[in-house]
Amino acid sequence: MALSVLKKFLTVIPTLIGASLIAFALIRMVPGDPVTNLLGERGGDPAVVAEMNQKLGLDKPAWEQYFIFIKNACVGDMGTSIVSKRPVSEEFWSRFPATLELSVVSMVWALVLGLPFGILAALKRNSVLDYAVIGTSLIGYSMPIFWWGLILVIFFSVNLGWFPVSGRIGIEYDLVSKTGFLLIDSWFGEGGFLAFKSAVKHLVLPALVLGTIPLAVIARMTRSSLLEVLGEDFVRTAKAKGLSHYRVVIIHALRNALIPIVTVFGLLFGSLLTGAILTETIFSWPGVGRWLVKSVEARDYPVIQGGVLYIASMVVLLNLVIDFMYMWVYPKMRSK
Amino acid sequence: MIEFWGLFKQNRGALIGLWLVGLVGVVALLAPWLAPHDPTEVFAEALKLPPFWAEGAQAKFLLGTDDVGRDLLSRLIYGSRVSLGIGFLVVVFTTSVGTLLGLFAASLGSFVENLILRLMDILMALPSLLLAIVVVAILGPSLINTVIAVSIVSLPNVVRIVRASVLVEKNKNYVLASKSFGATWFHIYVKNVLPNCLAPLLVQATFGFSDGILNAAAFGFLGLGAQPPTPEWGTMLSDSRSFIESSPWLVTLPGLCILIVVISFNILGDGLRDALDPKTRRI
Repeated sequence: MALSVLKKFLTVIPTLIGASLIAFALIRMVPGDPVTNLLGERGGDPAVVAEMNQKLGLDKPAWEQYFIFIKNACVGDMGTSIVSKRPVSEEFWSRFPATLELSVVSMVWALVLGLPFGILAALKRNSVLDYAVIGTSLIGYSMPIFWWGLILVIFFSVNLGWFPVSGRIGIEYDLVSKTGFLLIDSWFGEGGFLAFKSAVKHLVLPALVLGTIPLAVIARMTRSSLLEVLGEDFVRTAKAKGLSHYRVVIIHALRNALIPIVTVFGLLFGSLLTGAILTETIFSWPGVGRWLVKSVEARDYPVIQGGVLYIASMVVLLNLVIDFMYMWVYPKMRSK
Repeated sequence: MIEFWGLFKQNRGALIGLWLVGLVGVVALLAPWLAPHDPTEVFAEALKLPPFWAEGAQAKFLLGTDDVGRDLLSRLIYGSRVSLGIGFLVVVFTTSVGTLLGLFAASLGSFVENLILRLMDILMALPSLLLAIVVVAILGPSLINTVIAVSIVSLPNVVRIVRASVLVEKNKNYVLASKSFGATWFHIYVKNVLPNCLAPLLVQATFGFSDGILNAAAFGFLGLGAQPPTPEWGTMLSDSRSFIESSPWLVTLPGLCILIVVISFNILGDGLRDALDPKTRRI
């Protein structure tokens, strides 16, 4: 067990090196460069350009730049943003809570609705409810979420005026952000309940949009996985023993049905960033996704390579955690 | 094949999906005849006309016109060509490259396998939309570059599926028999094993279609995909974002088209999977 854990950890290293190398190389292949971008279209005089390049370390050969980047990254220094002149790590961690808050809330509502509806649909197979769940989730996971976001904005923000169109909290609340999670900050902050309410209102539509596909996938997955388990022999045995319906479903069947759901949940969380880029664009949410896209436009090399390395590490670690959970929940997997 | 068709026919979802996909295909093929106007023709006197159910509509423009006076219905009809075209190219690319890589990974020993799998791990660890954005930034925004970018990010799925099914097949007796006759790698894997792995591949290809269309539309929305005046649904949607309050149909209708096409392919994919392998009802 310990050995396999260690082995898995070791496979992470080449993946991360590969990911950082690709990010490093690709962003340099994009036409244009940060210095020209900074100095404007006409450029400055060549001496200034050369000086800036030297200051930013961009005059060194590419492989040397990469080694410097990796060497610094190993001690937690991701470099300095060319545009904002602030450390990439600081920039990243100031934006990451916004994305994480959005993602967690979306996943929570996806789970809270998706699991029960999936279970109900499986238990009442071929009922109206079942078809409704199948149909809705089909629409849900086919949804172009950028369009869905706009539709919700037209309906709830423009027509009904229930929720704000963009941002994280009303501008009248001047919060000193301690944790970066506005739900927590506003709850304990000076604005009191009103500030919290404002933060919640700003979060509703983005979370709804970002959670749509996960909700659909979880509901479907729960339904099909539970249906499969309900057909197994041990469920029949449990029923034959005279156990209550509730006990059979919740204790015996659901536990086993949860295994694939956990896996899918992890995969969903990992792929949430793609949705986050779109959602953050629609709602002007100040998160990591929008920041990275803007940095591609500005050719901010350190931000891209640093930001991508952060995200890749998180995705990889998350998958690792899920693998371990899998081994823990599902002893059969341990031997492999 | 006949057996497959029999199973397929019994599956109502699969048939509905097939009909829907066929319908979209026919619309795309017959676009020049179905569309009342040329999709790029500008009617300067008819800007932002509403669709037929709203007041002030003109019979000449059933679904209204956009902000530069192009007929929306014609653009939507031609848009089906763009979307299906992208989906098709993405599927062809990912399936061919993915199948080869999957085959290699499963058959050429642990070194090649590790190399390919690590590569796919890397692709999966990178945020896919960001990767695609950077690829488009390098190559320049255009339809064909969208196809390349979307294909690269959807490659890992195909590789994994092919490898997994080849690994299962590889230990069966017919492969052993083939080997003992001294068959070549090509003969064993391409001629014997691959045809037995087609079922999951076909299902994956169908979902690849819907994924490709969805991703390409997201690209258009971010302004990185098809360039104006190409009638691409995602691009049309994002171009009309500023008129969302005054002329909501310009945003609503293209999005609805994307949704309907994606749903059609997903229904077909679900049906295919159930028909081909009733046991694996995964996501």
